[in-house]
Amino acid sequence: MSIDESIPTTTEPVSTSHGQPDVPAIKVSAPTVAGTRTIEIEQAARGVTVDDLSIWYGGQPKDQPAVRGFSMTFAANQVTAMIGPSGSGKSTVVRAINRMHEELPGAYATGKVMLGEIDLYDRSVDVVAVRRAIGMVFQKPNPFPTMSIFDNVAAGLRLTGRKVADLHERVERSLRGAALWDEVKDRLRQPGIGLSGGQQQRLCIARTIAVEPEVILMDEPCSALDPIATLKIEELIEELKRRFTIVIVTHNMQQAARVADTTAFMNLGELVEHAPTEKIFTNPDDSRTEEYVTGKFG
Amino acid sequence: MSMSAVHEARVGLPVVSARRKATDRVARGLIAAMTLITVVPLVLVVYFLIARGAGAWTAEFFTTDPTGSVLGDPGGMRSAYLGTLVIVALAALISIPVGIGIGVYLVDYGRRSRFAGIVRYFVDVMTGVPSIVFGLFVYIVLVVSHVGGSASAAWKGSIALALLMMPVVARSSEVVLSLVPDSLREAALALGTPRWRVVMRIVLPTALPGLITGSLLAIARGAGETAPLLFTVSITNGTSFDLNNLMDSLPMQVFGNIGSPNPALVERGWGAALLLVTMVLVATAIARLAARRSRL
Repeated sequence: MSIDESIPTTTEPVSTSHGQPDVPAIKVSAPTVAGTRTIEIEQAARGVTVDDLSIWYGGQPKDQPAVRGFSMTFAANQVTAMIGPSGSGKSTVVRAINRMHEELPGAYATGKVMLGEIDLYDRSVDVVAVRRAIGMVFQKPNPFPTMSIFDNVAAGLRLTGRKVADLHERVERSLRGAALWDEVKDRLRQPGIGLSGGQQQRLCIARTIAVEPEVILMDEPCSALDPIATLKIEELIEELKRRFTIVIVTHNMQQAARVADTTAFMNLGELVEHAPTEKIFTNPDDSRTEEYVTGKFG
Repeated sequence: MSMSAVHEARVGLPVVSARRKATDRVARGLIAAMTLITVVPLVLVVYFLIARGAGAWTAEFFTTDPTGSVLGDPGGMRSAYLGTLVIVALAALISIPVGIGIGVYLVDYGRRSRFAGIVRYFVDVMTGVPSIVFGLFVYIVLVVSHVGGSASAAWKGSIALALLMMPVVARSSEVVLSLVPDSLREAALALGTPRWRVVMRIVLPTALPGLITGSLLAIARGAGETAPLLFTVSITNGTSFDLNNLMDSLPMQVFGNIGSPNPALVERGWGAALLLVTMVLVATAIARLAARRSRL
């Protein structure tokens, strides 16, 4: 299998998609705060392995990268939370996973980011293919202002140049997947920016999952939302990990505790500790982690 | 107890001195006067245009061509306004895509690169080049050398106008395109959208009202120019749609008529000027309507 073939870019659904009857459900155990819980995986995604990743923004001196020597594994079909004080490099790492940092002038990275067995930084890999396999939800909801609710979800498919026969069905499935269908099914033709902030963010999630990536990166997806909308997104994340590998950056430690299977603590551009969420919040190995999660700094 | 102290005790607020109030009145007066100074010439221009030119607006003015007769009936302006529409339309067809293309390059591709900086600088310089220079440039490159078989031709005038309009479109496009939030570009890129499609499907549609405004303002600017047409299209009387031939235009007719000894020709010149201003005004009004629809 060549590198490009193994990143899904075509209209062909991944063979194990959407719990079709012929796909055997895989049961795995995931450690969570609530204890070991069994979830049913509908679609086996690949995990992400990051090895010795250093990231610079434009104009940063060679010896002072924004992120230094970051190595970590984001397990498949699990939720991994990234916590740490502002400027610790959480968002930078996440943006480097689907190479969004390359959009900033002068930014570059060294090291390895692997999706399963594929090195995403290899020269032969097209950045567009990387982003189709690894979707992203941003801090501020950013629906396309010129498009209706329907078109916003369909945009993921249309913009990537795919001819989809069952577009309506795909849009509905994506909106249901983002727990938004019931709220918008009667006004699909209205502009996406007419929705509330929380609905807009779920619309953006629907747009992301419509492309059927394997990994969804969420960069503080709830920081612009009220507690009710936040709760809905958190419930949604729990659902989404049955189909996707999820990485969520958050400033809210309760949120990490609620949604994440494992949590990584970053400080000053370095990974301090990555462990099951329960351990990070109750019995961390590193004293800096303990100080941060107990509110002594950050 | 002094007056001010009594006042202060009553309202519980610090007293504003008489000098402060006087300063305020003077400043307000100056600003009002300056506004008036700007408005007066505009009102006078429109007044004279209507007073002198409205009389020329008969049915014949719009339906007949200039006769070329210096002393007798001068005829109408049909060929001139049709010619202006054709020449400006072709100029717009050339300059708007190129201008928007430059804007897209500067905002979405070149950004802070060295080459983008150079392009930006030259666009600025081009905006300031006097229109007659573009006329001369086209005269030397295309007219003298009889490119296309003819000397003066409508399409050569359109190119001169396009050179004048292009930097205006480019600059306004750059401003409008940079107002499109980067978060929209990121959202589309993160879905795995190739950059050219992000530009075509997200950036340009979002900026469309602003792009229309900038383009119409450039058209309004180009429509009134005389100097670039002087050496490139020349002037003729008959209505013609042959782009490779002489063509009539409103600015050239105004230029030719106003100095004439025949009062009927002078009045027709004013009428043509009024028509030109009206056309520019309509373009500007549409541009404003488009700007109001902007979502940025």
